[in-house]
Amino acid sequence: MNILNLFNALPGAVAQGLIWGIMAIGVYITFRILDIADLTVDGTLCTGGAVCIMMMQSGQNVWVALLGALLAGAAAGMVTGLLYTFMGIPAILSGILTQLGLYSINLKIMGKANQAINVDKFDLLVSLRYIKGVPFYKNTILIVAVVIVILIGVLYWFFGTELGCSLRATGCNDNMARAQGINTNFNKVLGLMLSNALVALSGALLGQYQGFADVNMGRGAIVIGLAAVIIGEAVFGRIFHNFALRLLAVGFGSIIYYFVLQIVIWMGIDTDLLKLLSAAVVAIFLAIPTWKSRYFSKPVSRGGAKNAAD
Amino acid sequence: MLQIKNISKTFNAGTVNEKQALKNVSLTLENGDFVTVIGGNGAGKSTMLNAIAGVWPVDEGQIMIDGQDVTKLPEYKRAIFLGRVFQDPMNGTAATMGIEENLALALRRGNPRTLKKGIRSNEREAYKEALAKLGLGLEDRLTSKVGLLSGGQRQALTLLMATLKKPKLLLLDEHTAALDPKTAAKVLETTDMIVNRDKLTTLMITHNMRDAIAHGNRLIMMMDGHIILDIKGEEKKHLTVEDLLHKFEEVSGEEFASDKAILG
Repeated sequence: MNILNLFNALPGAVAQGLIWGIMAIGVYITFRILDIADLTVDGTLCTGGAVCIMMMQSGQNVWVALLGALLAGAAAGMVTGLLYTFMGIPAILSGILTQLGLYSINLKIMGKANQAINVDKFDLLVSLRYIKGVPFYKNTILIVAVVIVILIGVLYWFFGTELGCSLRATGCNDNMARAQGINTNFNKVLGLMLSNALVALSGALLGQYQGFADVNMGRGAIVIGLAAVIIGEAVFGRIFHNFALRLLAVGFGSIIYYFVLQIVIWMGIDTDLLKLLSAAVVAIFLAIPTWKSRYFSKPVSRGGAKNAAD
Repeated sequence: MLQIKNISKTFNAGTVNEKQALKNVSLTLENGDFVTVIGGNGAGKSTMLNAIAGVWPVDEGQIMIDGQDVTKLPEYKRAIFLGRVFQDPMNGTAATMGIEENLALALRRGNPRTLKKGIRSNEREAYKEALAKLGLGLEDRLTSKVGLLSGGQRQALTLLMATLKKPKLLLLDEHTAALDPKTAAKVLETTDMIVNRDKLTTLMITHNMRDAIAHGNRLIMMMDGHIILDIKGEEKKHLTVEDLLHKFEEVSGEEFASDKAILG
């Protein structure tokens, strides 16, 4: 257990944490703002990586490839959204159906189970080789940090617009939203598209970073995203009230997750157990609000007049 | 203003839980009518309001608001014409959003939601003024989250949101039933103030016969999916609880069993 090994691994953890942070911000949009647990993301992450790498292999510029990934993600989100609203399938099941379908689509995009991209032959935006010993403007950590700040800025603006406010109202109380003339179905589809576009962008960056896209790269992504959201809220929830800061907290949450992961790996845990560990941690954190209200709060009587009348 | 022609609605058709909640109901409201609706549980009061609001499509019949056929319009499109306050104070507002954000959503009812700023700074003065008239001190708490407000405050705010942009028709679905008596009286007072000030055409469901008699210019009673009584004009002005019970027995041929409706 050489502490130097841990320190050497930390910049990589920050870079990975930031890239997954984009994905976690996407999860935040569905899970916290729309109040939907969207399982599409497990498939969308790979779709983003696959589209990006295949487009770059065919000679496209990295920015065009990222845009392609973004649009592919939005399309996947739209499918889930339509299954949910137009076809009336419960949100979780809609996400699972799209995710399953995406597995085949991802295989077809790549032609096989994985596709590599060589950092020496292609002009990548981010890579694990660009962490140390490169000029600062090529440093992956800086680039992804800038991307996140820009994304948070755009999302902060968007959720302050009339449309963005109506989307927040849809997630908070869709009865009220419809009573105020808001097309809640449209907003749900839009939110899912936005979320999955971000997840696919994250997948595109992740594919470049690790140098390949793999059909299994998104397995359990939703859990990592939720972990980042929950850790961010637990650590920064009391001090970050502004919406932009709360999105930033999700990004930090993701970095903390990868820090802890590195430490756990450094301590020598069997890496086969990592996903089990992640699942357990997320399950416990998700249970905390329920436990709090069940075991640590005094009973409050509500709607006294109504209950007395009934 | 409102014309309902022979609407019917059956829930869970073809199952053991089949319930015909509305049977051929017709009702016409004149401009400025303030109609109170009473009836026992399952009489079809809320179903009628939900049918007007478009929560689900009706099986038969036609609904016209201000001369326009809205029978086939989805709920969010009908919202242009309607202001609604629900029984549950949690239902009418977005708890995680601020007071001013809720009001801004309501002000834009019927407008397309664009990428313009969700609240323009010049709206805030108007919100403060409107909130001050509620007399609850909310005008100093524009950015407070609505989830922090009491049930009565939320109901008063919902009422304000429903009328901020003048609706063709105000639908109040037992909006005071979940409040304590003192708060309920205050919210009803606010309701009267707003309805009279803006001359709103209003349908108000209540469980309380005294409230139904004391408010509005017309009273209808529902039972078993029908409108069984319709009292207006001079007759409504001089109506007493005894009159109403007597009329109910006459029309329905049974005694009014639900003492809740009297004691409410």
